Amino acid sequence: MTLLEVRDLSVTFTRSGQQPVRAVDGVTFDVAAGQSVGIVGESGSGKSVTSLAVMGLLPSRGVSVGGTVTLDGNELTSMDQRELRDVRGRDVAMIFQDPMTSLNPVVTNGKQLVEVLTRHAGLSKGEAKTEAEQLLRRVGIPDPVRRLGEYPHQLSGGMRQRVMIAIAIACRPKLLIADEPTTALDVTIQAQILDLLRTLVAESGCGMIMITHDLGVVAGLCDDVHVMYSGRIVESAGTKDLFARPSHPYTDGLLQSIPRIDDDDPADLLHTIPGSARDTVAWDRGCAFQPRCERAVAECLSGPPAVTELGTPIVPHPVRCLRPVGEDVSLHEGNVAR
Amino acid sequence: MLRFIVRRLLLLVPILLGLSVLLFAWVRALPGGPAQALLGERATPEAVAAIESQLGLDRPLWEQYLQFLGRAVRLDFGASLQTGQPVIDEMLRRFPATIELAVAALLIAVCVGIPLGYLAARRYGTWVDSLAVTGSLLGVTIPIFFLAYLLKYVFSVELGWLPTAGRADPRARAEHPTGFYVLDGIITGNLDASWDAIQHLILPAVALASIPLAVIVRITRASVLNVVNEDYVRTAEAKGLLPGTITRRHVLKNAMLPVTTVIGLQLGVLLAGAVLTETVFAFAGVGKFMADAIVQRDFPTIQGFILVIAVVYVVINMIVDLVYGLLDPRVRVS
Ligand SMILES: Nc1ncnc2c1ncn2[C@@H]1O[C@H](COP(=O)(O)OP(=O)(O)O)[C@@H](O)[C@H]1O
Ligand code: SF4
Ligand SMILES: [Mg+2]
Repeated sequence: MTLLEVRDLSVTFTRSGQQPVRAVDGVTFDVAAGQSVGIVGESGSGKSVTSLAVMGLLPSRGVSVGGTVTLDGNELTSMDQRELRDVRGRDVAMIFQDPMTSLNPVVTNGKQLVEVLTRHAGLSKGEAKTEAEQLLRRVGIPDPVRRLGEYPHQLSGGMRQRVMIAIAIACRPKLLIADEPTTALDVTIQAQILDLLRTLVAESGCGMIMITHDLGVVAGLCDDVHVMYSGRIVESAGTKDLFARPSHPYTDGLLQSIPRIDDDDPADLLHTIPGSARDTVAWDRGCAFQPRCERAVAECLSGPPAVTELGTPIVPHPVRCLRPVGEDVSLHEGNVAR
Repeated sequence: MLRFIVRRLLLLVPILLGLSVLLFAWVRALPGGPAQALLGERATPEAVAAIESQLGLDRPLWEQYLQFLGRAVRLDFGASLQTGQPVIDEMLRRFPATIELAVAALLIAVCVGIPLGYLAARRYGTWVDSLAVTGSLLGVTIPIFFLAYLLKYVFSVELGWLPTAGRADPRARAEHPTGFYVLDGIITGNLDASWDAIQHLILPAVALASIPLAVIVRITRASVLNVVNEDYVRTAEAKGLLPGTITRRHVLKNAMLPVTTVIGLQLGVLLAGAVLTETVFAFAGVGKFMADAIVQRDFPTIQGFILVIAVVYVVINMIVDLVYGLLDPRVRVS
């Protein structure tokens, strides 16, 4: 059963006196109940804007949002802020990237946890306190009673992110959006936080969108993965399928830049995609990845590249590329013939 | 907490020592020396010599300084040359008036400035915002002196809504156990006297409030604009909290931190501004006494005033820091 349906979502920032910026462009994906979906892409590819659009958290001024977002049959994109406030924190909750700045420094951890419970779960302050204590225990924070009375700055980064997670799961949301929840943390802590998320999602049966720039993060966590580039999804597949058969040159580059332990050749260890995300082409002129693509041909700059379905109707694997990796022979010959 | 207070009070010692040296040197540097300055340019040498020996100005400098210091420690700044009474008594008698005026001005500045600054930030870029920004620019640029005369002219002289000068109607019979006239009226059950005192306070307080008000509007506006873009406010939105909760608990609580610091700094401005405002409104406080002292070259009073103001300033800032600690757990003193 589909929990979240995102259809043709686009977000354009319009600043007076400046060229409008289309940060998200025709993004479509589903999250089934209990499913974990990864959105992967470099910094600036539009992942955060996508998640904020789903939450209805984009500013009303200077932003235009197109397409629809439907949660459990309710269309969020047609709700006003008052209706959205009832949904946010209760049905869909979000964990942000930087736990150092995402908690209010002058309010106790306890209050920041209690306030969401009293707002949505209909608990009294006393009940909410007891519940908050249990939540902290669930996310692995020792000595929860003391921690509730403390302020965020008295906790380490990892502990703060656990508090953020406790806040997010407090009202048992149907959907959890985690926007790079481990990027700001130490490597050792990252694995612990991912483990915690995996456990919590499995226990509660909620759906999750895991946003990351690191394909390694989605490997053990997500069922499906969508790879974003310059505001568009360029490849979607089941996680195993994607790792086995990366088909968009960008996905392929991302996979190759994950350091592999079994690789002896030091030259292969640090493979990186040439150029940066700033070297881009507007999608309606051609493939945005073209300036960095080793497989690019002239046709890549004649309009937006069409989507090729490499999977089956039951196990889809669409790729937005004219010359997907591993499919080059036929296409290459085709080009030569022309 | 106690250690913090003691440490801050100890900090006063070097400040006051430095100030005492400066003050001492300043008085000695007056043209022709303090005695000449006191008696005017046409004084006879005999008269100057007499005053010098009377004030101990003929003894070695270090001895004079030690004597000055020894007395200052006992709050003995000598007798006022205007009234012949001990300077400290004159000041203590006038302090309640100035405190009353400063508190009234600060109340106006805070109660109007914070909501106005908040409103300007939330209506960023609209006419409300422009009005607040322009108004606050005007507030800091208009000289207090000019504003005080303007207010007096319009609201007392022309419209006759408010009294022109003084702290109370001279015909009224009222007792003053504390010297704070508004409070005195309440204590003695004479509410008419309180009301009268408030009416006398309004114009000088508004004039005095102009700069702090303008500064508070600007800093509140800037601070709120900053805070609403903070990640934790977005977190609060993501939690679906009600707008009132977000404003109070997540925006204002943080936005008030820099405002608190600025309010502390403005108290110094208030004390300086009191000299001008009290003069315009013949408001019998320390400020007017000081202004008269400057005109009359009453240097014992000037010295005493400056030293006392320094102490008041440091103590006020200490209190502000304590309040800041209450508001911001990150700097809370243990
Ligand atoms: N408030 C904004 N105003 C204008 N442009 C923005 C704004 N927020 C994001 N963008 C643009 O949207 C693009 C995608 O940003 P974002 O979703 O934050 O990327 P990421 O994938 O790193 O999360 C960026 O290139 C940025 O230029
Ligand atoms: S469409 Fe062309 S430029 Fe774009 S990724 Fe595919 S091959 Fe490269
Ligand atoms: Mg991001």
